[in-house]
Amino acid sequence: MTDLLTLSDLTVRRGDCPVVDHVSLTVRGGEFVGLIGPNGAGKTTLMRGALGLLPATGHSSLAALPARDRARAAAWLPQMREIAWPVDVETVVALGRTPHIGARGLSDADRAEVDKALHWLDLDAFRHRTATQLSGGEQARVLIARTLAQGAPLVLADEPIAGLDPAHQIATMQVFRDLADQGRAVIASLHDLGLAARLCTRLVLLGQGRVVAEGAPRDVLTEANLREVFHLRAHYADTPDGPVFQPLEVIR
Amino acid sequence: MRYGALLILLSGLVALLFCASLLIGPAALGFGESVQALLSGKGEAAVLVMREIRLPRALLGVMLGASLGLSGAAMQGYLRNPLAEPGLIGVSSSAALGAVLALQTGLAAAFALALPLMALAGAVISVLLLLMLAGPRGSSLTLILAGIAVSAFAGALTSLVLNLSPNPYAAAEIVFWMLGSLSDRSFTHVWLALPFMAAGAALLATLARGLDALTLGEDAAQALGISLSRLRLVLVAGVAASIGAGVAVAGAVGFIGLVVPHLLRPLVGARPGRLLAASALGGAAMLLAADIAVRLITPDRDLKLGVLTALVGAPLFLHLIYKTRREGL
Repeated sequence: MTDLLTLSDLTVRRGDCPVVDHVSLTVRGGEFVGLIGPNGAGKTTLMRGALGLLPATGHSSLAALPARDRARAAAWLPQMREIAWPVDVETVVALGRTPHIGARGLSDADRAEVDKALHWLDLDAFRHRTATQLSGGEQARVLIARTLAQGAPLVLADEPIAGLDPAHQIATMQVFRDLADQGRAVIASLHDLGLAARLCTRLVLLGQGRVVAEGAPRDVLTEANLREVFHLRAHYADTPDGPVFQPLEVIR
Repeated sequence: MRYGALLILLSGLVALLFCASLLIGPAALGFGESVQALLSGKGEAAVLVMREIRLPRALLGVMLGASLGLSGAAMQGYLRNPLAEPGLIGVSSSAALGAVLALQTGLAAAFALALPLMALAGAVISVLLLLMLAGPRGSSLTLILAGIAVSAFAGALTSLVLNLSPNPYAAAEIVFWMLGSLSDRSFTHVWLALPFMAAGAALLATLARGLDALTLGEDAAQALGISLSRLRLVLVAGVAASIGAGVAVAGAVGFIGLVVPHLLRPLVGARPGRLLAASALGGAAMLLAADIAVRLITPDRDLKLGVLTALVGAPLFLHLIYKTRREGL
């Protein structure tokens, strides 16, 4: 599979303090990478730095691209869910086609991508509803659909499943996994380690801006890593239903 | 309503009001006489009234209204705030300061174009100051803060000029000028404002896609391939050219840039890109209507256009806020 993102020694500073500290990472097609770590570990900053939305040192293959090419190479779902105007759901999702549309507006191919994204996120019935009048979780799904409609081979998503009901959390994670299985790639910052363990192909554990561990979920969610980085004790088991991970208690 | 139909409807409204504006005035000309004078140039006095007084006034009404509506829609789209208005970046108060200085120093009396040219100079200086304060990149917040600072400073200097004015007549003249009006304007004003307003409109018209993308926030828009620093530069230049020229030829006419986008937003499905063209047409229609009303309400006293737009605009805006609140948005 092709490399969709290459970071080498990416460093993002806020003042003198490095928030992301010499991170090197390669993401290939077919991967669903879960970016995990406690609050303030640098997950959001790493993704924004990789996209070139923040000034960074080191190299990012995405940040090096011209703006329009980058928008075709990678889609970005920010943590802040913002829909500023009372536009309808279809319009929001169609904004994902911005890097593709020419002077004539949306083509039939663009509309097909929008339809596909709406269907993926179970939003067919919401198409003509006003996006700002939907609930927070529904708006989150609309914005995920917008990100998918962009049709980029790589999707970066910042806490995409926060605020969704359990069924839609699993469904959304499954959509990301399906994307990976189709040869695209997803990098998502996640706090639900249980879902991350079940659906991600690889986990990257960040602590204080550095990559502490990366690899298959079972190799990252080890007792030592959880204790050191998350201050947690947890239960991890491989069952016939797949891996089951449950945090148990805080270690002080 | 379909977008195309809306634009055609608004264009029709503008055309209708433009004709009405041509036919209304203190010189009692019949309908046939007016049209004949305008088109064929027959009848000395009527030709003068139609071609030198009413036609430039109506043209300025269309230009100024369109500039105000378009700039208002662009500012609201960029700031993602329905309370934004073109004056927010300080261009109008700085242009007004330039004009006030021209009046105060007597330059305006000595040389007819001194006032609009000084106003344009004020607008240019304020834009340079604004861009210097707000920096090359950064969020929309820094732009608003810099705009408020520039606006407040220009306002303070205008007050200072009034305060220190030794001549009460000059002070009264300044105050009346600042109320905004289209009366006694000539084709000189049209030709002076037209290139700036046309350039401003051309710049702002390119922003539609970027403003649409900004619906999702600055971060998402940037990741969709929109260059925010370029968008901001084009926005500031476009608004400054439109509004600076507007203040230069007509004084300060408020509320159009605030109310028109707000009024038309539901009709374009709230899409900021589509709102640009609709607001330009809507602004032209509203300003023409206001300028006609000014002449009809008090034919013998010079009611100022800016006073009327504020008188009508403020309650209309309150009504809109009330409606928005009731819908729970």
